[in-house]
Parts: sequence; C-alpha cells; structure tokens
Amino acid sequence: MLLYKIFIDPFVQMGASPDLFVQTLWEGLVAGVLYALIALGFVLIFKASGVFNFAQGIMVVFGALTLVGIYEILVRWGISQENVAAFLALGLTIGVMFLLAFAVERIVLKPLVNQPDIILFMATFGLTYFLIGFGEYVFGGSSKVMIADQLYLPKGFIDLKILGGVVSLQKIDIAAAVIASIMVTGLALFFSKTRIGRALRAVADSHKAALSVGISLDQIWVIVWFASGLVALVTGIMWGARSEVSFALEVIALRALPVLILGGFTSIPGAIVGGLIIGIGEKLGDFYWGALLGRGIESWLAYFIALVFLLFRPQGLFGEKIIERV
Amino acid sequence: MLYREAGQFKTNYASDLAVFPILQDRMGIAAILLVAFVAVPYFGNDFLLQAIMIPFLIFSLATIGLNLLTGYTGLLSLGTGAFMGVGAYACYKLETLFPGVNIIVWIVTAGFASAAVGVLFGLPSLRIKGFYLAIATLAAQFFLQWCFVRIPWLFNYNTSGAIEVGTHTLFGIPITGPNATSTTRYLIALSIVVVMTWFASNLVHGRIGRMWMAVRDMDIAAELMGIRLLPTKLLAFAVSSFYCGVAGAMLVFLWYGGAEADVFSINQSFFILFMVIVGGLGSLLGSFLGAAFIFILPIFLRYVPPHVGMSIFPATVEHITFMITGGLIIFFLIVEPHGLARLWQTAKQKLRVWPFPY
Repeated sequence: MLLYKIFIDPFVQMGASPDLFVQTLWEGLVAGVLYALIALGFVLIFKASGVFNFAQGIMVVFGALTLVGIYEILVRWGISQENVAAFLALGLTIGVMFLLAFAVERIVLKPLVNQPDIILFMATFGLTYFLIGFGEYVFGGSSKVMIADQLYLPKGFIDLKILGGVVSLQKIDIAAAVIASIMVTGLALFFSKTRIGRALRAVADSHKAALSVGISLDQIWVIVWFASGLVALVTGIMWGARSEVSFALEVIALRALPVLILGGFTSIPGAIVGGLIIGIGEKLGDFYWGALLGRGIESWLAYFIALVFLLFRPQGLFGEKIIERV
Repeated sequence: MLYREAGQFKTNYASDLAVFPILQDRMGIAAILLVAFVAVPYFGNDFLLQAIMIPFLIFSLATIGLNLLTGYTGLLSLGTGAFMGVGAYACYKLETLFPGVNIIVWIVTAGFASAAVGVLFGLPSLRIKGFYLAIATLAAQFFLQWCFVRIPWLFNYNTSGAIEVGTHTLFGIPITGPNATSTTRYLIALSIVVVMTWFASNLVHGRIGRMWMAVRDMDIAAELMGIRLLPTKLLAFAVSSFYCGVAGAMLVFLWYGGAEADVFSINQSFFILFMVIVGGLGSLLGSFLGAAFIFILPIFLRYVPPHVGMSIFPATVEHITFMITGGLIIFFLIVEPHGLARLWQTAKQKLRVWPFPY
C-alpha cells in the first residue's frame, strides 16, 4: 500500500492532469534558475579565491535592499521621473556593490591570506552578520516592495492552452530566465575572451603560478567579488519582484547550498544544472510526494537529493576530481 | 614574573603525561572550581545565575562537543543545533515515559540517543570531505528540525507543539521546573559540565584523541599508519553528538524549562560554531572562552550603553549588536586566527618570562 503510494499514485496523478504537471515543472524550473544564480555567485568566488562565501545569500538581500533604499531616497529628494530615479538607483547600487567588493578585499581577505579555509569561511560569517546589521540600520528592518515596474520589468502572466488544460506563466519568471541566461553567457564570454577573464582562470588554477606570471591577486579578487555582487544584485531584483524585499530572504542562501554541492564548488555549468535539478526535484517532490510525509518537506528534500548524488560523486556532478597526496 | 615552574621535576612517566604538569596550574584549576562551586552561588544574584552562568555552562558543553568533532577530528559540522534538539526531545520522551527515574539519569542518557543519530548522519563522512561534508550535515539539521515539528509523538501530541518541563527532585529538592531555584539548577549544570569536561580532557589526551588528531591532520596518512578511518570518524561523531545532546537536554530542562523546535534551528548551530572558532579549534579551554565571549558579548552590548548614559533605541541596539558581533568576529580572526585559547597561551608565556623577554 505504501509502495503503491510512493511509486504508482504520483505518476497516475501526473498522467491524469498533464497541465498541472507542466505547471509544477515550470515553477520548479524558475526556482531552479534563481538557485542557480545564487550558486553562481558562490562558485565565482570559490573558484578565484578558494573562499567559501557564506555571505552570498546576504549579498543578494543587501543588493536588493540597497536598490530600493536608494530609490526611495532619490524620490524623496524630488526626482519626479520614477524611471529615471529607478535607473539612477540601479547605477548607484552597482557602485555600492563595487565599494563592498573593494572593502571586503582590503579589510577582510587581505589580512587573512594563507589562513586555513575554515577561518576564511568564518570571516564571511562575520561579514554576513555585519551586512545584516548594517543593512537594517541604514534602510530599516521593515520589508520593502521591489521597484519592478519602474525598472520596466514585465508583470502579469501568459496563459498557455496545452494538453487539455491551462498553464499560466508569470512574465517576470520568463524575464528572469532570459536575464539569467544572458548573464551566464556574458560571464562565460568574459571568462574565455577577455584578458581579465584569462587572468581569473589562471588564479583559479593556481594562486602561486598566477602570482609568478605577474597577475595581481588583489585586483582579481576585487573583480571577482564585484562580479558575484552583480550576480547577487540581479538575483535580488528577480527574487524581490516575486515576493518582497526583506531579510527573511536570507534563507534562500541555505536553499542554494545543496545546488552547490550537487554541481560542485568549482563548476559554473554545475551550478546551473544543479540549480535546475534541485528546483524541479523540490517542487515535484513536494507536490506529488509531499502529502505522504506531511507538508514542508522542501526544507530538507534538496539536501537529501544532493546527499545521494554526493555519495556516488564526492566532488559533485561537475566538480574537479579531488586528488589527495600524502 | 607571576610564577616560575623552576624546581618542578618530572621523575616518572605519570607526571610527564599529566594534563596539568605545573603546580601553579593545578592550583589555578582548584581556585576556579572553588569560585565556581562556592563563591558564584553564594554571592551571585538570580540574574547572574539564570541569564549568564547557566547558559554559559550549557553552551560551553555544546561547544566542547562540536570542538571534539571539528577542532580535534577536523570534520566540519553544521548540525549541532539539531543534535542538541535530539538530546532535548529524547530526554523529554524518556522523562514522560518513565517518570520514576531521576531526571539527571535521563539528561545523561538522552546523550546516547543523540549519539546514535549522530553516527547515522556521520556515515557519509567517510566519502565526503571538507565543505561538502559541512553541507551534508545541514541535511541532518533540516531533516531533524522538520521531525521536531511534524512528528507529534515527540512532543506527546501537545497542542502547542512545545515540550514543557515538570518539577523533578533530587534528595527532595526540586531541580527542574518552575519551583527549582536558579542556584540548584546552576550547581547541577556545573557538576555535569565539570565531570564531562574532565572526561573529554582524558579522551583527547589519550589514544583516541591522538587518533582523532591524526585523522584531522591528514586522513590518508592516518589510514596508512593503521588507524581505521570509519570507526574513528564515527566515534568522533558519536562522542560529539553525545555532548551536544546532553547540552540540549540541559538547555531545556535546566535553563528554558520548555522549548519549541525553533530553539534548535540552524542559527543555534552557527552560534556554537562561532564559539568554537573564536575560542580556538582543538582546545577545551578555548571552548569555554569562546562560549563566554560569544554569549556574553550581546548581553554586554545591550546592558552597558544605557548604564553609561547613552540612550539608544532598542531596534538600533539590535542592529548595532549585529554589526559589532560581525565586525569583532572578523577582527579576532585577523588578529589571532587560532582563537582566544592561543591569545591566553601567549599571555601566559609573556607573564612567565616578564620582565625579561628572553
């Protein structure tokens, strides 16, 4: 009976209403894109500096909050054109993210060069706490509404009539998917074609070798933190447009961690594929099997999916093979 | 200057292996124990005992637990909060199923339930390493926390979903529940912590501790030297979870007097990890220093500014507390990545040779 419920019933359900199945799949895909974006920020930093950046999740929130905060200030100062204010705020926020990257490199990373990984990990914890406190102090602790309209992000939804039912797609989700793919392509081009991109890959391969051919580590780290700050900002805008902007969003960082171990810490394609697998798995699992265990299983399901993959490939799906020497 | 160990010779192996080889150290420990057992309960007020000393002891114990795993064996775990929860819920179930047995027995026994769960979630540690393992332990954290909420059997089908502690006695004196004074609860907590710290100290100075440290330094090399990795790592998980479980049971039974699943959330795990890192990886003394620092710092920040005449809004205080905590963690890591324990050692060395630095 239990086996029947686990292995037969959900599939019968899927077959019975394919439109519902497609809808769930789509929602999983969208969630997966956002997870992938967060994981991408992690991977960029881990590749270039070997730092496991726990603050990535808070950078997402911080970016979104700064954007809305600056926008509100600009409007209060009397910039009547909402769109102008919004894009001005976007520019200023990018500036803030750069300053953040610069400050992190100068104040946190540089004095901690060559320390064990766990120490650097803890330092990003400190950073997390600092950013939470700082963000709430400056912009207030109440949740805000993302300025999606002012940034010309589409809203509403499209109904697709397929498979004898209706699947509704939020326009913002489509925009998110498009922007995410543009950004990933842009980053890939940046990494493979430009001078700085080549330097970044060199640093990722070996810090010492990169230093010895005259690549400035400081500069590279600032660039990498800035890049992942930008990724965080875009993620924040997308996620904020779907719900609201508040520090409750920081939990998404914890949701993105299984994506990371699934894809491997060092692989950008891994982050994307992992994000999609986790996003879809989570939504389908919760929708079709969730009732069996009581609701709320999406809080740990992703970790179990990742754990199972990990037992067969300890370095993640796309991670570099771990070679240990004595 | 303050003391010299000149003239204290080690004439046999036992004294060479002693944990505190110097007379002054032994006297220092005796003095600390005397203060903790006699002076603090005698002179301390309710606030000191209830809001500072009891939680400090409990967090120290949990920190020792995590330190055995992360500091000594090198396995990073983010599931401490959940293992504490297992201890608390196990103790609650045992206490309600067998109310006749003394509660202290159950507090310690609850550790074994936690240890069993810890071993189960420690199994992947043989294949998964480093940060991958840390995230794998998050699976334990979220799964167990979900269990605490969704399995009503664990909290005896209470409508509130919380566990509550009744009154239990030892020699006729109430030690848990609303009737117990903070002094008795403090003394009980202190006794458990002292005994378990003594046990941990013996553990890490003995063969098992050396095995753990060999695994931490390089597990392949340790394996080549004939240390079997799986039992060693699982033992570390078991002992660590045991300590965390007892700490969790104490948290509910001796401090809160009742708890919900939220108490054992991921933030609790991070909190304990802060204590381990700030105190010093691989140091029992560091566990106490770290717990004191991380736990008392926010209290200090909350209570001191109003006393010196600064008036700040409570919300602002909360934000600034966050900022300062974050800033101080980074600051301490930069100044001394090996934690407060190393600072203490440096200070001790300086005092020994003062006023001549060489």
